[in-house]
Amino acid sequence: MTIAAAKRRLPVSERLRRSLSNGRVTAALVLLPPALILFSLFVMLPLGESAYYSFFNWNGYGTPTEFVGLENFERIAGHSIFHTAVGNTLKIVAVSLFLQMPLALLLALLIHRKTPTNAVFRLIFFLPYILAEVAAGLIWSFVFDGNYGITASIAGFFGAESFFILADREWAFAAVMTVIVWKYFGFHMMIYIAALQSVPEDQIEAARIEGARRLQIVRYVQIPHIKPAIVVSAFFAIIGALQVFDVIIPLTNGGPSNQTHTIVTYLYTFGLTRLNIGFGSAVGVILFIAAITVALFYQRIFMRGKQA
Amino acid sequence: MTRGQLIRNILRVAFLCMVASFVLAPMLATVLGGFKSNAEIRTSALSLPESWNLEFYGSIISDPAFWRYLGNSLLISSAAVVLTLIVGSAAAYVFAQIRFFGSRMLFSYLLLGLMFPFATAILPLFIKVRDIGLLDTWWAVILPQTAFSLSLAILLFRTFFEQLPKELFEAAYIDGCGYVRFFWRFTLPLSAPILATVGVFVFVQSWNNFLLPLVVLNSREAFTWPLGMMQFRGEYVTQWNRTLAFVTLTIVPAIVFFLAAQKYIVAGLTGGAVKG
Repeated sequence: MTIAAAKRRLPVSERLRRSLSNGRVTAALVLLPPALILFSLFVMLPLGESAYYSFFNWNGYGTPTEFVGLENFERIAGHSIFHTAVGNTLKIVAVSLFLQMPLALLLALLIHRKTPTNAVFRLIFFLPYILAEVAAGLIWSFVFDGNYGITASIAGFFGAESFFILADREWAFAAVMTVIVWKYFGFHMMIYIAALQSVPEDQIEAARIEGARRLQIVRYVQIPHIKPAIVVSAFFAIIGALQVFDVIIPLTNGGPSNQTHTIVTYLYTFGLTRLNIGFGSAVGVILFIAAITVALFYQRIFMRGKQA
Repeated sequence: MTRGQLIRNILRVAFLCMVASFVLAPMLATVLGGFKSNAEIRTSALSLPESWNLEFYGSIISDPAFWRYLGNSLLISSAAVVLTLIVGSAAAYVFAQIRFFGSRMLFSYLLLGLMFPFATAILPLFIKVRDIGLLDTWWAVILPQTAFSLSLAILLFRTFFEQLPKELFEAAYIDGCGYVRFFWRFTLPLSAPILATVGVFVFVQSWNNFLLPLVVLNSREAFTWPLGMMQFRGEYVTQWNRTLAFVTLTIVPAIVFFLAAQKYIVAGLTGGAVKG
């Protein structure tokens, strides 16, 4: 007989007395509140305040009094640098989906089997992911430095004039995206490898016996099997693109002439460093809406996948 | 092995080596750059140094500020890990073990943190931290970081706790062991793998965090290492070798830590992702 069944036979007063004496109520009252308080105070409350502040023109001192309605949002919508920032975020999404993820998938297919050489490659490819983004940004700002870095050495080797890609309006963001691919493809690859290792070996064997070629096995056995992993990694690529900040600061700091901002560096530069709390909060609200939209969209796809 | 297979395999390894060099070349140039003079970096960024000059590494290692940055980061990250593990596992235990009215709602509420990026609320967070009077203290980093880690931690903990054998609790219960005591005596000790996974995840997040310390820490005494590194870079703009030595000295512990705790890191960083 289980405890639950035993408890159900007792009268209410007895049940209450028991749950007090065995610490059931105490447990809930002691163990739960710390998490609720911390989470409410430092996550949910600031989120709500973000929405509130976004209707004010406020420099952060005293209390917000200058109510401006939707003016902050209008200013953001009309700000060309914000358009650039959103465009850059979309570029990161595109590069992640169409360059980084296929590369990660190809590598995962090449090294998912458990052999010592594959283990070494796996380790190398995952290495950039564990570095701090600021460190990655600094390392690459050296690589791209036209005076000192690897680009300088390569240019010198070919006797060509050195170039400063991070100072180039057209190409600086391409450099930023190179760093992002370098930093994150190993993460996506690891997700695929974990999924590929769970493909039943006999399915692959059966396909092979029936005369399927390697590419056919990949296409009709392995990729269908790891589809959930691909959906998940796409979600992380998109959510990740919305959050890019650390890498940009050491690389370009949003420059040259504000061409390489992302939504978060935009928020930081035009909201925080100038103490436009209302304006920055409005950017935060927009970012929140974007993230929630992605999450809900993803959830729908994911649910549909589960029902099928 | 047939000839076709052999060629395929050579192509495969060649491609893998190409990608590996794309990954490793910048890191290698960084490590080696710390040994070179700036003139040498300028002409050959990737080659071995003509002479292994230890001066730049040495000056950083003997700089107390460097160790203070690392110490601050270590303290903040450890505190965030301990707090997240205690607070998160306690809450998850309640959700896994005790059914009560509204528990599902509270659980969903605590998971909301998974839905949006940290940066969305950074400005109000800055105001809040300032108004409480925590600005420029370690708590200003520890508490928000813990709060933001709670969602994932509670999700993973609850899943794990629910998989623990129910008979264990029933036996302990009949012997008179209460809920809180059971949590300390049995649930936590049995949950070492998931505690390690979440712990490593939170530690890495906190150790590498840049935006939050940047916003809430002002004085160099309180700086974490990413802030210290940017500060250092600002001071030695023209001396890449010093900056590269600094970067190397900060990524080496990360790499050593990764190699040591590889199992938990891969599980924590990708496994947590897949489940979430």
